[in-house]
Amino acid sequence: MQRVGVFVCWCGSNIAGTVDVQAVSDALKNEPGVVFSTNYQYMCSQAGQDMIKDAVKEHNLTGIVVCSCSPRMHEATFRKTAAAAGLNPYMVEIANIREQCSWVHKDIQTGTEKAIILGKAAVAKVNLNTPLTPGESPVTKRALVIGGGIAGIQTALDIADAGFPVDIVEKKPTIGGKMAQLDKTFPTLDCAACILTPKMVDVAQNENIRIFSYSEVSEIKGFVGNFDVTIKKNARYVKEDICTGCGACVEKCPMKKVPNEFNLGMDNRSAIYIPFAQAVPKVATIDPSACNMLKNGKCGLCSKVCAAGAIDYTQKDEYIQEKYGAIVVATGFNPISMDKFDEFAYNQSKDVITSLEFERLTNAAGPTAGHLERPSDGKSPKTIVFVQCVGSRCDACAEKGKEYCSKICCMYTAKHAMLVRDKYPDTDVYVFYIDVRTPGKNFDEFYRRAVEEYGVKYVKGMVGKVTPEGDKLKVQASDLIENKQLHIDADLVVLAAAIEPDKSARPLATMLTASMDTNDFFTEAHPKLRPVESPTAGVFLSGACQGPKDIPETVSQAGAAASKVIGLLAKDKLTGNPCVAHSNELMCNGCSSCERVCPYGAITYEDKEFRMPDRTTKIRRVAVVNPAVCQGCGACTVACPSGAMDLNGFASNQIMAEVDAICK
Amino acid sequence: MNNKYLREELIRESGVNPKKCMKCGKCSATCPAYDEMEYHPHQFVSMVESGDIQPLLQSESLYKCLSCFACIERCPRGVEPAKLVEAVRLAAIRKQGENRMTANDVAEFLDEDVPQQLIVSAFRKYSK
Amino acid sequence: MKVSYFPGCTLKNKAKDLDLYAYKSAEALGVTLEEIENWQCCGGVFTTARDEVATKLSSVRALKEAFSKEQPLVTVCSACHNVIKQTNHAVQNDKEFSDKVNRYMGEDGGYFGEAEVYHYLEMLRDLVGFDALKEKVVNPLKGKKIAAYYGCLLLRPGSVMKMDDPENPSIMEDFIKALGAQPVVYAKRNECCGGYVSVESPDLAKKSSNQVVQNAKMQGAEMIITACPLCKYNLLKNGADIPVVYFTELLAEALGVKEDTDEQ
Repeated sequence: MQRVGVFVCWCGSNIAGTVDVQAVSDALKNEPGVVFSTNYQYMCSQAGQDMIKDAVKEHNLTGIVVCSCSPRMHEATFRKTAAAAGLNPYMVEIANIREQCSWVHKDIQTGTEKAIILGKAAVAKVNLNTPLTPGESPVTKRALVIGGGIAGIQTALDIADAGFPVDIVEKKPTIGGKMAQLDKTFPTLDCAACILTPKMVDVAQNENIRIFSYSEVSEIKGFVGNFDVTIKKNARYVKEDICTGCGACVEKCPMKKVPNEFNLGMDNRSAIYIPFAQAVPKVATIDPSACNMLKNGKCGLCSKVCAAGAIDYTQKDEYIQEKYGAIVVATGFNPISMDKFDEFAYNQSKDVITSLEFERLTNAAGPTAGHLERPSDGKSPKTIVFVQCVGSRCDACAEKGKEYCSKICCMYTAKHAMLVRDKYPDTDVYVFYIDVRTPGKNFDEFYRRAVEEYGVKYVKGMVGKVTPEGDKLKVQASDLIENKQLHIDADLVVLAAAIEPDKSARPLATMLTASMDTNDFFTEAHPKLRPVESPTAGVFLSGACQGPKDIPETVSQAGAAASKVIGLLAKDKLTGNPCVAHSNELMCNGCSSCERVCPYGAITYEDKEFRMPDRTTKIRRVAVVNPAVCQGCGACTVACPSGAMDLNGFASNQIMAEVDAICK
Repeated sequence: MNNKYLREELIRESGVNPKKCMKCGKCSATCPAYDEMEYHPHQFVSMVESGDIQPLLQSESLYKCLSCFACIERCPRGVEPAKLVEAVRLAAIRKQGENRMTANDVAEFLDEDVPQQLIVSAFRKYSK
Repeated sequence: MKVSYFPGCTLKNKAKDLDLYAYKSAEALGVTLEEIENWQCCGGVFTTARDEVATKLSSVRALKEAFSKEQPLVTVCSACHNVIKQTNHAVQNDKEFSDKVNRYMGEDGGYFGEAEVYHYLEMLRDLVGFDALKEKVVNPLKGKKIAAYYGCLLLRPGSVMKMDDPENPSIMEDFIKALGAQPVVYAKRNECCGGYVSVESPDLAKKSSNQVVQNAKMQGAEMIITACPLCKYNLLKNGADIPVVYFTELLAEALGVKEDTDEQ
């Protein structure tokens, strides 16, 4: 039998205002196992904690019940108090008589009754508590960053700066991501390349960072501190360590008609290519779907002109195994397809483009060398219509748009409109908006400058139809303030397409057993207080994979994710949570129900030898829980049909004892 | 009929939830009959929601809607303004003696090529 | 292949061509159109009000008959197709409406939206196949630049009609290609011709129709095809200066059964 001490907290008037604390401590005195019961104004204060410690010694307590606030608030505090008094910290139970009682009741009598019941349940449970000891596991001091855009780059640099090795896996031939495609950045209008490319060079030169470009993560096993990852390095048919990036092959390649993805198909590249001049690594890659040599063995020109001898047509995909202590997801975003929005005629006219295409069109390194020319005929547009919220805030049809606000479009559209008016003042620029959303430092000032100084015509309303006719785009739109329908003959229409998580995110989340929301954005451990951690231990989130973000926010989050990784890698050993599941192998029938419901992949099966009553042996398949991976959610314990699964600290008999105490 | 009851009746009958409207105006932007209308699709949604229905009942706009469903197709929130316009029109013409069109009117537009479809459609929309 | 066929009021009168060529072409393609017995006019337009029941019963009866014969119900007129498909959708999804409808159905037993509705074009695409159609073409319409006019009724509401992408359709363009001609894509192809409002406001119909014709011509069209008698009427009445013909006429011509029909 336990010797239980009960400590009822007043929490000032927070509890004592609605609960008769004296009555609670008196009532609980008579519960089985209780040898001491008292109440105090602030149990969490030093004096309150000392009161607990003294009572442990004086009454030889083996278990403690604190009737106070939510365990989320002070369970850790009282566990430490118990440990200081020489008790196992898991011999403490909290009865939440504040959030679940005093704060929700107005009447002292009902409040007191309920507090007593909650206290009784906690006493019943602590009587069945057993001391628990958390396990320990080592930490591999290396981090993996998946995605090499600005989010991945910043996270990797910050982790590397703290002295830990980091690998970046990027599926494209170069790091840089979407930011490398941008022209200028709001609200300061500094050039994206000018601030990004030095960081890319830093990554390349950092001794602690390895870049796996043109590569993907193909398998992830293990758990926090001990991930085993397989990285697939796609064959680029160029020896990375020998290629000097001189570009001779690119020049000589006869196959020059491949749509250039870096410029969003607005110009062409060769079959062997370097995505852009500042690519990191600056290494050529052969596109096997376009290369004649790879397709039918006819050509081989690039190999002939390569002075370094870097071309290797026989290169195969390579699989690399590596261990990591932490994984950062930085898989970023893409604009959604405009196929389902053809009321804007994106598929009918080359002069209806997305905002990202517009970035390339105004970029000095883009297909028009920065001159604003219409894709159809190269003429300079005299009237430009920007349409905001194309596919954002759209819940009419799940195949079409996204219910959320894409957050970045208002600002980049203001930027585009302003830049056009600045460089080409004789251009008429319209922006159709539903709401202009500019929360951010210097954001609204920026938007107002576009209107007031640059004369961009902002129209409250939406475009309903774009009709290409001759060389004009007939735009039909509403002006809700003036209550009229507008008809504008435009030369260029720019659609602010909604953004969505990269398609690689969903399979990656499955590999990581990390959770996602319905939009395929990664879920954070807590939306406010743990924004860069995934609920899966050891997995961290950086950038737009977690939700739409602009560059400053992405960089902040990237740094925050890095600091969490550093905090993890700085530890030599990880202390686990002892409240994990365990399987009674005698009762387990190996049915796999638990494995199927486990969201963390913590359960595996092994064949075990059992001695039978007749002294023969029998091999049976039984469940084994990896305590370092288990998060103690308890899903397996309810799924288990034979009752073999149980949860330390929340055992079925403990829960039943609580229920009995409440129903008594 | 008081406005509160009428509002509820229109919402029930059309199946439209005007609260879903985010006031983007795309319905009115895409409406081919906009210039003929005194009240435009987005105003129908807003005015029904606020119970300001009498002006709509008396408005010529009711008879200009083409039922082409462009507003229904393109509304980002799935509000379906045309269904609300239809409900208001029915509320107007279902009253005794309020038919917009009678058989006597047919002669006016009948020509050699008028398809039967035009006559039956017009009766469906303008007469009860 | 045998299908149930709902011709509709106009096809027996002002749009006889649409009907005749539909029959002849179907025959050439090995499809038998079995006309619904005692079909009644669909009413021309679907009333979206949920309490309008009686006006939708003719559609329900046609649907029920097709279902009882285990045949798909094929319509060729855009308006009939729209009304019947929307009615079927309402029976499937609006319990209150379905209950009311079934009270009218009386002793024949209930109808719960089981029938499949195809527009003639859908029949060509999904049941016959455009590839099979292409093989049966004897007079390919080479070099003809043809604009498909969908109007509003064929595609909308997209979630109910499920015929094609309502903003970026291709079924009629693919049809034109199968006949050997060259489709002209233009933005106004899915905008309204003015519809029944032509009786109330002829100017609006004129404006709408003109915009459609103008846009098609500017994009290079020499001819417009349609599946809707009212579209054809509005476009021609408001001064279309390129031919506007029913798609079935074009089909019959390509299949080499048009002359044959004309002689009758």
